[in-house]
Amino acid sequence: MNSENLLLLLILLPFAGSALAALLPANARNTEAWLSGCITITAFAIVVYLYPSISAGEILRNEIEWLPGSDLNFTLRMDGFAWMFSILVTGIGFLVVLYARYYMSPEDPVPRFFSFLLAFAGAMQGIVISGNLILLAIFWELTSIFSFLLIGYWHHNTAARDGARMSLIVTGTGGLCLLAGLVLLGYITDSYDLDHVLAAGNTIREHELYVPVLVLILLGALTKSAQFPFHFWLPNAMAAPTPVSAYLHSATMVKAGVFLLTRLWPVLSGTDEWFLLLGLAGMSSLLLSAYFAIFQQDLKGLLAYSTISHLGLITTLLSFGSPLAAVAAIFHMLNHATFKASLFMAAGIIDHEAGTRDMRKLSGLFSFMPITATLAMVASAAMAGVPLLNGFLSKEMFFSETLGQHSGSVLDSVLPYAATLAGAFSVTYSIRFIHTVFFGPKPLGLPREPHEPPHWMRRPIEFLVLACLIIGIVPGITIGPYLHTAVTSVLREYTPLYSLAVWHGINTPLIMSMTALIGGALLYLMLQNYLAQSEDGPPGIRQLKGQRIFERSLVTLSWRWARWMEDTFGTQRLQPQLFLVIFIALIAGCWPFLGTDPAFNLESTTGMDPAFAVLWGIGIACALGAAYQAKYHRLAALILMGGAGLVTCITFVWFSAPDLAVTQLLVEIVTTVLILLGLRWLPKRMEQIDDATTLIARTRRLRDFVLAVSCGGGMTLIAYTIMTNAELPETIAGFFLERAYSEGGGSNVVNVILVDFRGFDTFGEITVLGIVALTVYALLRRFRPAPDSIEIPEQQRIQNDFDDRHPNRKVGETVHDYLMVPAVLMQWMFPFIILLAVYFFLRGHDLPGGGFAAGITLAIGLLLQYLASDTRWVEDRLRILPVRWIGLGLLLAALTGMGSWLFGFPFLTSHSTYLEIPLIGKIPVATALFFDLGVLLLVVGATALMLIAIAHQSIRSHRARAIESAKTQEDD
Amino acid sequence: MSAAILSWAVTIAQIALAIAMALALVRMIKGPRAQDRVLGLDALYGNAMLLMLVFGIRTGNSLYFETSLIIGALGFVATVALAKFLMRGEVIE
Repeated sequence: MNSENLLLLLILLPFAGSALAALLPANARNTEAWLSGCITITAFAIVVYLYPSISAGEILRNEIEWLPGSDLNFTLRMDGFAWMFSILVTGIGFLVVLYARYYMSPEDPVPRFFSFLLAFAGAMQGIVISGNLILLAIFWELTSIFSFLLIGYWHHNTAARDGARMSLIVTGTGGLCLLAGLVLLGYITDSYDLDHVLAAGNTIREHELYVPVLVLILLGALTKSAQFPFHFWLPNAMAAPTPVSAYLHSATMVKAGVFLLTRLWPVLSGTDEWFLLLGLAGMSSLLLSAYFAIFQQDLKGLLAYSTISHLGLITTLLSFGSPLAAVAAIFHMLNHATFKASLFMAAGIIDHEAGTRDMRKLSGLFSFMPITATLAMVASAAMAGVPLLNGFLSKEMFFSETLGQHSGSVLDSVLPYAATLAGAFSVTYSIRFIHTVFFGPKPLGLPREPHEPPHWMRRPIEFLVLACLIIGIVPGITIGPYLHTAVTSVLREYTPLYSLAVWHGINTPLIMSMTALIGGALLYLMLQNYLAQSEDGPPGIRQLKGQRIFERSLVTLSWRWARWMEDTFGTQRLQPQLFLVIFIALIAGCWPFLGTDPAFNLESTTGMDPAFAVLWGIGIACALGAAYQAKYHRLAALILMGGAGLVTCITFVWFSAPDLAVTQLLVEIVTTVLILLGLRWLPKRMEQIDDATTLIARTRRLRDFVLAVSCGGGMTLIAYTIMTNAELPETIAGFFLERAYSEGGGSNVVNVILVDFRGFDTFGEITVLGIVALTVYALLRRFRPAPDSIEIPEQQRIQNDFDDRHPNRKVGETVHDYLMVPAVLMQWMFPFIILLAVYFFLRGHDLPGGGFAAGITLAIGLLLQYLASDTRWVEDRLRILPVRWIGLGLLLAALTGMGSWLFGFPFLTSHSTYLEIPLIGKIPVATALFFDLGVLLLVVGATALMLIAIAHQSIRSHRARAIESAKTQEDD
Repeated sequence: MSAAILSWAVTIAQIALAIAMALALVRMIKGPRAQDRVLGLDALYGNAMLLMLVFGIRTGNSLYFETSLIIGALGFVATVALAKFLMRGEVIE
């Protein structure tokens, strides 16, 4: 397989695995682990396989056209740096899966866990190897979403829910800023392609939009990498299962921010703004979080703050803008991932075996779990920067970089001291982690008796710690070449000379390291007793929590201000809303005519057909009558509206639009029944309206009347002008008329437009229709009628009383008698109506009809059965599952659209041909027919769902009444 | 000669049907009972169906017959629903 397809496979494999994992049964812990393990190890193997070409300096690309017109392609691109990150994502992904197999308890619903984890791995891989800025932003947001889902995995836990929500809001908002920044970047360089952007460094730095771009991208990167002042979400994300913390919140996702900064380092860095913004964020994160980490009582909390601090170190290195600092940053990303992931896993083991993560309770665990303890010691020594471990190497590089000149300001002289101080803090919290947990007296009152974990749960840690050791002792021959590949792919011709040796002689960085080690150890000795008792959080500013500030501002923004807005500008009453809508529509309608001389060319029509004139008179009278009666005589208004609708249909026929007339007529019938169904539940007429006679009320009514008349009159005027004016500019109609048959294979132009030329629009419309139907259904499920319409209707009461009074009649017999003949007719009409629907459907492509008309016809047929007898009778005999019809229709339409992909055409390309059928002969068939069938199914489902949902209200109210009366009888 | 007769007949039929529709409209607006209005609408539908047929005869286009077919086959649904509403107080029970 060639490397382009392998790149695609790297993305597809985890997502496919995720879909598969979601389908497995809830207790399939081993199968899930095997599946996820196989997928991650295969991805790892693919990445390793690609190394030869990567190390040769090649950039692998796979470009799939997506929206080439907007320069938005599904471009995958792997260079040395992306390769290094892919190794992290897939390799640590595999170790985490292995670890999670033993960490997750049999009671946990593991399919959800592994499914999200694999999907996250796919999204993260996507960030790493996307070669298009917009694609990168999409994968970026995907990781935020999966991080949200994984943090909230134990959603019965409040802390998990809150932490998940906070991380989503912070990283999601950052992601939006990032998207804006990337779009601006694309605007500056005229392309979203990463290679183009990377080649345009000078253009970007000199552009006037450089600062906005920088700020937006930094917002995205700093929120993702939990840098000060957006760091607070990471400690709260620790409510996630530990494998998630090890994978997302130390090794990969939080590194996405620094990954992006490194990726764009060649084009964005080197300016004062870059140094100041990034340097300040990085240094504050480095120093403050290291300080906070010392005072955490939760093991994972300590590790989380330490992660922020180490990411701050990387950010600070990147801010310097010198190539050597960038080398150190890339190296530290790798080192941090190895030791921090292993430390998180160790913390998970301690939590798992001892039952708590509180360092005030843990103590002297060394005798219970010596191997885990040793591993954790080595890993935290790497975190502290002890020589002969990988953390030492990159920290040493960091110290030597802080000594250089950067902006020439006071920051330069402060930097080395701040760096040493942060180093000392990290030594303190590393010692604390080890000393509190593993040494000291035996623990008292632990929830569980601690012991060593299963072998395989420890293997990932052993592997990672071994990596720390080997890299730390012989960096040059182990990690050296890989690091060099990564570094050269980022820095290209600016790659500096650097050496990865452990011993550089006695120099300033070494002295700084030693100072930090000794100072940190002394600081721990001083604080030891205080820490054993103290509360969670650093002294003095314990009250000042980022979390609380965040929640306060969230409440203010989304609750107080929102309520204020609603109270000030909102209204519950329909009249003002309608008034505003129509008023604004009127202004918008008049806007184009402002300042111009509106020359309405009102030609008088001559030679009008007398029958037609009478007809229109009828339509106008109906419409006016409906408007006049609407307030007090709803039924009369509805009947008159039916008349107006009918006249409209005849007008369509008269003007040679039979297809429109067919559809309109069917819609007219359904609408009448729909409104009638609703009429039953409307509140009764208010006999007395208090302010009917006051002056204000009369003025208001006059105002509304004037508004309504001017709006309606304006509409009439515009429509009349357009229709009577022959000299219109050429419209799109000609295009469709010409091509409907030659390209769409149908002579019913409207239908061809709907299912072929504008198939995508129709697809969107039927989706909306399905959503609307489901919403109506959902709303009506909880519908509570007004008190005055709960009563059984008067007519039914009288008829039931009549049945009751006569000893040889059952209740309901009257209506049955009345409906005897019509019901039989209506039931016998059913097959005929189905036939009519089939007829409309089949010939829809060439003559009036089509999926929509056929769907409504079928729905009317169903409706008729409900009318003929009662709901129970129909549903005993005919099981209608409208939701399935909707789903099936949508699926069929989508599949038809996707079918054209198989032949290499864009979505929803239609194909038409002639089919030879025995006895019938040649008939035209277009693939659009299947699409139309989807439309039909959906329309039937949606119409039936809405009508039946309203119809079921009656049954529900009957049932409620029955229960009520049973209760009162019991009480009596 | 016969063409002229047909042409006149069609025109007169159209006008007559339009007048019939206007009369149905009077019932729809005046009532006085709801039942009168429903019957008015039904008559309107029936006349519209016939008008479409006549229109089809005049133009010689059979497509118009289909509009009549729909009114004939399905136009009564609205009437039935209205009638049931009047009889039982709700359309579907």
